[in-house]
Amino acid sequence: MSGRSFIRVLVAKPGLDGHDRGAKIVARALRDAGMEVIYTGLRQTPEQIVEAALQEDVDVVALSCLSGAHNYSFPRVVELLRQQGGADILVLGGGVIPEEDIPALKQSGVKEIFTPGTTIQAIVEFIRAHAIQR
Amino acid sequence: MLYKDDLVQSFLRGDMRALARAVSMVEAGDIQAEQFLAAVAREGKRARLIGITGPPGAGKSTLTAKLAESLLDRGERVALLLTDPSSPFTGGAILGDRIRMHAIAGRSGLYIRSLGSRGSLGGLSRAVPPIVQLLENFGFDAIILETVGTGQAETDVVETVDSVVVVTVPGLGDDVQAMKAGIIEIADVFVVNKADREGAERTARQLEEALKLGPKAVPVLATIATTGVGIAAVVSSLDAHYQTMLADGELAKRRDRRLRKALHAYAASIVSVRLAEWVEEQLTGHWADIDSGRIDIYTCGRRLAEKFQKRGVTSNVRED
Ligand code: B12
Ligand SMILES: Nc1nc2c(ncn2[C@@H]2O[C@H](COP(=O)(O)OP(=O)(O)O)[C@@H](O)[C@H]2O)c(=O)[nH]1
Ligand SMILES: [Mg+2]
Repeated sequence: MSGRSFIRVLVAKPGLDGHDRGAKIVARALRDAGMEVIYTGLRQTPEQIVEAALQEDVDVVALSCLSGAHNYSFPRVVELLRQQGGADILVLGGGVIPEEDIPALKQSGVKEIFTPGTTIQAIVEFIRAHAIQR
Repeated sequence: MLYKDDLVQSFLRGDMRALARAVSMVEAGDIQAEQFLAAVAREGKRARLIGITGPPGAGKSTLTAKLAESLLDRGERVALLLTDPSSPFTGGAILGDRIRMHAIAGRSGLYIRSLGSRGSLGGLSRAVPPIVQLLENFGFDAIILETVGTGQAETDVVETVDSVVVVTVPGLGDDVQAMKAGIIEIADVFVVNKADREGAERTARQLEEALKLGPKAVPVLATIATTGVGIAAVVSSLDAHYQTMLADGELAKRRDRRLRKALHAYAASIVSVRLAEWVEEQLTGHWADIDSGRIDIYTCGRRLAEKFQKRGVTSNVRED
């Protein structure tokens, strides 16, 4: 399959969470690292996020959640992607996420979780190392 | 991952996931993309292409969503191509137009794709014409293209669509003289959006005055895209414009021009790659003469071009 020369990322905020600073900072950082970032805005259901990811044919779905709804929304996004032919898309999460929730989230298929204080550099490097570019 | 033959089959079956993969392939622009386009080509019905342009923040995305909704409501299949500028330095981009699509996202018969301006000088991505062809072959009735009204976007959009909607807002267009040169000429429909704000009527009247001097009758319509006020009038103006173009042959003319331009550009891109390689070959061993100024690059360039053309003819003859 032909590859494109850049990484395409969907940055999405699932649920009713209105904290968007982190998501916007991450979006800008990825843009500055040469990636193409699709930002879908606040209050998206997992279904809407997955549909956007598939129509936009992204390599990465980056979920940001500070409201505490991550235990439902993150695994649900992974599950829907798998059902709809997007199993090869890298799913990442970030935001205010308690340490003890992280193992189960990773178990569900979220590749990595980035909590407050994470450097932009670490996020960019992780994506470059793990995105399966199509 | 879907491989190419499966991809053709899925595409022809109407699978939007296959369409999304195909758009990426075409955007990457390799030889496989050319083969894919050939495999899914079909005769017959074409889509109606509508371009929306105007300054950032004018409400183009909001308006695009409302127009798409009206077309979907009457049973049309609609594709949206939403373009935002890419950084000329890193190639990166934030494509945020989807934020305005929440009300329609998820409707059946709708495909939404965000595109960076990658590789063009502030205009439309070079991949737009082949992507439009894919969308037409997929069976969409209407394709709406949103562009940012900066750089080359206006010239590009005119050469890419059937009807151009130029969006402006009160205040911004207060002084019509100050509007970007050329923007008045390209509009088939003018929209003064944010009509809930002061000065909308004045802006509309000024535009009407300015447009009277032009060669064609262009409607100026006031809208409030956030609430949907005035959208029905935009849709009927676009319908009327389309019917007029169908009747007077303008539609065919615009399509011909568009196809010719894309065809020329593609052929030229292939030749220019070959030419560049060949010129480099020819230059080996002679660079010192150019570097010292003994041979000037323009004389040399003409000689090489003429030699390349002759070589082109003989190699064709040999192939026959
Ligand atoms: C600023 C802030 C607000 C602002 C938000 C402004 C905005 N537009 O974003 C305002 C004042 C509006 C606000 C409101 C509320 N807030 Co508040 N808020 C915060 C605060 C202090 C900082 C958040 C922030 O912006 N951080 C800066 C950004 C850059 O960091 P970040 O988002 O964490 O992102 C970093 C990483 O997490 C990671 N990252 C984040 N997302 C992603 C995604 C990916 C894919 C990747 C790779 C990385 C990544 O990278 C970033 C860089 O390091 C936090 C406390 C805290 N220390 O986090 C509380 C906090 C998030 N808020 C909280 C609460 C409860 C609320 C309210 C419900 C309060 C209320 N009762 O009204 C409301 C709800 C608002 C809503 N509609 O959702 C709680 C949430 C509790 C929970 N999770 O259980 C917190 C944790 C405070 C607390 N300790 O109680 N809040
Ligand atoms: N008051 C008002 N705001 C509008 C109207 N249409 C769009 N907006 C707002 O203008 C901002 C920019 O809209 P957007 O569609 O993203 O503009 P674009 O950059 O031209 O695509 C958003 O906050 C919209 O909600 C309108 O008719 N009236
Ligand atoms: Mg827009």
